[in-house]
Amino acid sequence: MADNIGTTWTTYDANKMTSREIYGRVLAELGEKNDKIVGVTADLANSTNIGLFGDKFPERLFNVGIAEQNLFGVAAGLAKTGLIPFASTFAIFAALRGGEFVRTDITYQNLPVRIIATHSGLSFGTAGTTHHATEDIAVMRSMANMTVVVPADGWETGKAVRATIDIPGPFYMRVGRGFEPPLHENDDFEFEIGKAMTVKDGSDLTIIACGTPVLQAREAARELEYDGISVRVINMHTIKPIDKEAIMKAVVETRRILTVEEHNIYGGLGEAVGAVIAESGKGCAFTRLGIPDEYSVIGYPEDLYARYKLDATGIAETVRELLGKEIEADEDWSDED
Amino acid sequence: MPKNVSVEELKAKAKELRLKIIETAKYAGSGHVGGSLSCADILAALYFKYLNVDPENPDMPERDKFILSKGHVALAYVPCLALRGFVPMKSLETFNYYESAYGMHPDSNKIRGCDASTGSLGHGLSMGVGMALGHRYQNIDAKVVVLMGDGEQNEGSIWEAAMASSHFKLHNVIAIVDRNKFCIDGCTEDIMAIEPLDKKYEAFGFKVIKCNGNDMAEVVKALDEAWVEKEKPVCIIAETEKGFGVKKFQGDVKWHYGAMDMDLFLEAKADIEAM
Repeated sequence: MADNIGTTWTTYDANKMTSREIYGRVLAELGEKNDKIVGVTADLANSTNIGLFGDKFPERLFNVGIAEQNLFGVAAGLAKTGLIPFASTFAIFAALRGGEFVRTDITYQNLPVRIIATHSGLSFGTAGTTHHATEDIAVMRSMANMTVVVPADGWETGKAVRATIDIPGPFYMRVGRGFEPPLHENDDFEFEIGKAMTVKDGSDLTIIACGTPVLQAREAARELEYDGISVRVINMHTIKPIDKEAIMKAVVETRRILTVEEHNIYGGLGEAVGAVIAESGKGCAFTRLGIPDEYSVIGYPEDLYARYKLDATGIAETVRELLGKEIEADEDWSDED
Repeated sequence: MPKNVSVEELKAKAKELRLKIIETAKYAGSGHVGGSLSCADILAALYFKYLNVDPENPDMPERDKFILSKGHVALAYVPCLALRGFVPMKSLETFNYYESAYGMHPDSNKIRGCDASTGSLGHGLSMGVGMALGHRYQNIDAKVVVLMGDGEQNEGSIWEAAMASSHFKLHNVIAIVDRNKFCIDGCTEDIMAIEPLDKKYEAFGFKVIKCNGNDMAEVVKALDEAWVEKEKPVCIIAETEKGFGVKKFQGDVKWHYGAMDMDLFLEAKADIEAM
């Protein structure tokens, strides 16, 4: 080794800096008030931060070891005895390794299991493609009874964890690795599951995003403002049930929609939004940003976001392209409510 | 605590259940008759002697839980629940019908007294571990009984759950393997060998009890022993015969699933009545 550069840290230290930590803390706090809350994990108590709940309530956190099928079967069994289990593992393993157990044991039986899956999308960058989760939204939203939430940052994660308590059925939330910069400055904002948030208003085009790209979309919108381009940014944190009203309002008022997500363009936010628009009968210019149906490459998340145009630069560039797209004028639109 | 019910009474219940199984198969058009008949004695013993369940109050939290992990024998399970008073006997006639509560695999949200939706193999023991942990956390003293198939032992998830059962010291978990020797494609030992099954469960930390699962006296002896275990999860390996009770079906892999014409139905009925 030529130089002694860099900093010394371990995954244990890293956990102290992340939005996952907010999940663990909020859960521990909720656990205090509600003794029905229990936790289950598959050797990822530290990595997913559900361990913070376990530190406080060791008798209420069950670690099943590296066994994701068992993780979700056990969570279902706990729910069957009247408890509210939070189950945490990495997003890719929740959706695919344990997916059929989620489907048959949890969503089919309509049990109040809360799956909080971390390291979603490309956030585990250098861990490589085996640990990237670009299919989980598609899988989870196709399961009946399931609510699917993708918070934009740690503050929203905390709010969403609190909000799950009122949901009677199963719930899936994907959060990143936690190094992502926050969208909000603090937790002084309204958050309601199923209700999209307008992060910035605009009239030329609307970006509908979820997860970490929301912040990037807002940055892009601010940059475009200097060129006189007015972009609305919607934080669609709930993928299911999706806020159709917010989508249609954007379609009617801005006529151009760009969706951005850290997921394969198949099956995720973009398709969910696209379906709402197609069924409405209103035509508009529409583009999806995401992973273009390929296996993501290895690299630091920032580099991957740039590669797939999920950063502010890529989003701004795509907005300009979409603004140049011709759309058929429809005079009838003027009489919209 | 198990109820005071004699072996003779349980044998009569098992016979009644077998008759209901073939009658229901007739209503349903076809069904998993082989695996249903093999576990009829175990089901009858559980529901009429051992399980603390109440048809008047099917959701009482302190009830013992039963999970039919070999979910394909709803054909035996639903008639058993009917005999025990959880669902109306008449409703068995709707089995497999459009929008019926009953199909080949049980749905816990549609069947009164059914603790788990099953059918995809290898799920039951995991759910059972979760239930047992939930009981312990809530100070509920209840058993969790999981009835599995022998072919089902091929599923890796069973061994994840077996590992967890002993790791968490769940002595209230009783796993029963209906060892009827066959999966769909043939003999378990030809398709994917599971033996020595007793040694496998022992190595996973279970107390293993072997019995003849079609001999009620032996079934009762095994369950008696399982019910008082205070240290380890229990695995009962019940040696059974697929299709037991009907000569044409007994030990014949073909009768994993099938339909009977009226002649065969009457023949099967006569066989069971003569038991």
